[in-house]
Amino acid sequence: MSSITATNKRGFGAFLWDYLTTVDHKKIAHLYLAGGGFFFILGGLEALVIRIQLIKPQNDFVSAGFFNEMITMHGTTMIFLAGMPILIGLMNAAMPLQIGARDVAFPFLNSLSFWLFFFGGVLLNVSFLLGGAPDAGWTSYASLAMQSPGRGVDFYIAGLQIAGAGTLMGGINFLATIITMRAPGMTYMRMPLFTWATFITSVLILFAFPPLTINLFLLMFDRMFDTAFFDVALGGNTIIYQHLFWIFGHPEVYILILPLFGLFSEVFSTFSRKRLFGYTAMVFATMLIAFLGFMVWAHHMFTVGLGPVANSIFAVGTMAIAVPTGIKIFNWILTMWGGQVTVNSAMLWALGFIPSFTIGGMTGVMLGSAVADYQYHDTYFVVAHFHYVIVGGTIFGIFSGLHYWWPKMFGRVLNETLGKVGFWFFFIGFHLTFFIQHFLGLMGMPRRYWVFLHDQGLELGNLISTIGAFAMAVGSTIFIINIVVTAVKGEKAVADPWDGRTLEWSVSSPPPYYNFEQVPLVRGLDPLWIEKMEGDGTMPPGEPLDDVHMPNGSFLPFLMGLGFFVAGFGFIYQTDYTMAYLALYGGMAFAIGCMAVRSVKDDYGYYIPKEELQKALEGEAK
Amino acid sequence: MTDNSNLDVKDSESFRRQKSKEEMQKQLISFALMIVFTFIAFAMVATESISRMYVIPILFIMAIVQAGFQFYYFMHMKEKNHEMPATFIFGGVWAAFLTLAGLVVISWW
Repeated sequence: MSSITATNKRGFGAFLWDYLTTVDHKKIAHLYLAGGGFFFILGGLEALVIRIQLIKPQNDFVSAGFFNEMITMHGTTMIFLAGMPILIGLMNAAMPLQIGARDVAFPFLNSLSFWLFFFGGVLLNVSFLLGGAPDAGWTSYASLAMQSPGRGVDFYIAGLQIAGAGTLMGGINFLATIITMRAPGMTYMRMPLFTWATFITSVLILFAFPPLTINLFLLMFDRMFDTAFFDVALGGNTIIYQHLFWIFGHPEVYILILPLFGLFSEVFSTFSRKRLFGYTAMVFATMLIAFLGFMVWAHHMFTVGLGPVANSIFAVGTMAIAVPTGIKIFNWILTMWGGQVTVNSAMLWALGFIPSFTIGGMTGVMLGSAVADYQYHDTYFVVAHFHYVIVGGTIFGIFSGLHYWWPKMFGRVLNETLGKVGFWFFFIGFHLTFFIQHFLGLMGMPRRYWVFLHDQGLELGNLISTIGAFAMAVGSTIFIINIVVTAVKGEKAVADPWDGRTLEWSVSSPPPYYNFEQVPLVRGLDPLWIEKMEGDGTMPPGEPLDDVHMPNGSFLPFLMGLGFFVAGFGFIYQTDYTMAYLALYGGMAFAIGCMAVRSVKDDYGYYIPKEELQKALEGEAK
Repeated sequence: MTDNSNLDVKDSESFRRQKSKEEMQKQLISFALMIVFTFIAFAMVATESISRMYVIPILFIMAIVQAGFQFYYFMHMKEKNHEMPATFIFGGVWAAFLTLAGLVVISWW
């Protein structure tokens, strides 16, 4: 069971079994990256379909119905199945190492989180093969979703419910880890910014996902069990769905960006060889963004008709968020100011992020003005805005983070030339695609329409936008080629390829499965850097060498996920087929049975003997 | 310190006993108070002796006090090293309050 065997040569079956049963945060990170990467490609292909359809006026590349499925699945996939899982993957890979922990607080739960996400994502996407994907937009507003024929929206509900449960567990897990498992000396105000961002993002997940869960349940009851929460004709209120969705949805966009704010802080600081400028301000700005993020949801609903008072309050709140965000932008610039700046791939993505994200923030303030929003609402201006923040922030950050931590995660340094070429394709393509969309929106092109007409001045802009989208596809493809090339003949990574500052660079690349032979003693912010400047460049131990307690791997998380997956089909099809109850009750019984097994069967884990750790330490000393 | 270690152990043991006795007292008092509160709440509604206008706010206040007892006495939030759980509980209360206030004020009012 133990991953001691992981270092030996084995067949593919053993390799697969190892990943199916692993509870090691580093391997779960690999799983998250692979799963998220797969859905990222899928979402990217959907984006290309959208852009090909809009390459010329009155195109008939796809049907109107299929176009609706494409825009819905592109948004849903990119946010829930690509963006967040890749972020959770990066958190899994780096955060426990950064605080000097051997794993997350609940390794079993961590594995369950991944498998719930995976099965939820698969459930959502098999809808393509079973009569049509969801087609009510990624927001799936009840007024639209209730009218959607077919089962697409049901797949949306069941898939997101399962994946969302996994995310919620992940958030709780990270919170418990950061609160209870920091190494000796690692006070809160010595935590690396990425760890801080993980912490605050997890708070957002903890508070923002329950409204989504409730909302999905209400929609599910309305669609499958004939209730009328959102049915106006029966006394329901369809606006409630929008409120609940955005009470979740606005914190969700901060869940997507805050981890990258943390990551960029690390990247700028490392590659400028300087301490982060304004560390304390950065921490509190992150908190402030999270706090304000819960109070601005109605700015997505300015045109719903909440009245001038509500609109004004939410407009002011929205603009207030620009202040902490501005603090961050200036702090990053001042971190580089006077530093020894190295521009490599990770840094390029981070440098590209600053102007791109700032443009997105600026259009955000424009949209935050309630009066002006009546003009922008549901046009391509909004599409341009949120792609500038999500692609220019989240996706740039993900690429930066992958370049930065790839050596730590996989033991190889990504190819720099390919990295830089890929960046320029993606960066130029991104601005080609979305900059022009601001103007398309201002000219009145509405979002989510499957065709636009001749002679309205929209032809050239849309053509440029589509060309840009293909350049982004080329950039992403180059990154995938980079992964393959690196895996085949990349240089082996040393423990500290970037002359890093934080604890993850003090262990080998990839780290041993127990992370640290002895948990390190932290003497300040940027602990490794302090040891390089004032010590001997290695972390002093914070505990005597002793046996290390490790959790056993388990196949149960996979089985639980599978149970809910089957139950999901049961829920979706029980409206038409009585036989579906078999899947519903069977799947639920199986999943709950697995939980019972987990609860009743004692699993005390195992110990790594002191001698083995001693040997490893001596090996490192040589 | 070695010569009087026995004394220390004895002292700390009796100290611990006294502490847990006090703790038990507090638990019993708060438990009794909660029962009384619940009784008052039911009585107020069942007898209809107080007008609706007052019953609802009184019920709310008693509910908040009861929740406080629950958190601070039965779930030990008053003790040391409970700052983080307290932060998160109040954070959750704040988020829930905002949600409800938002829905009540803009959708149903």
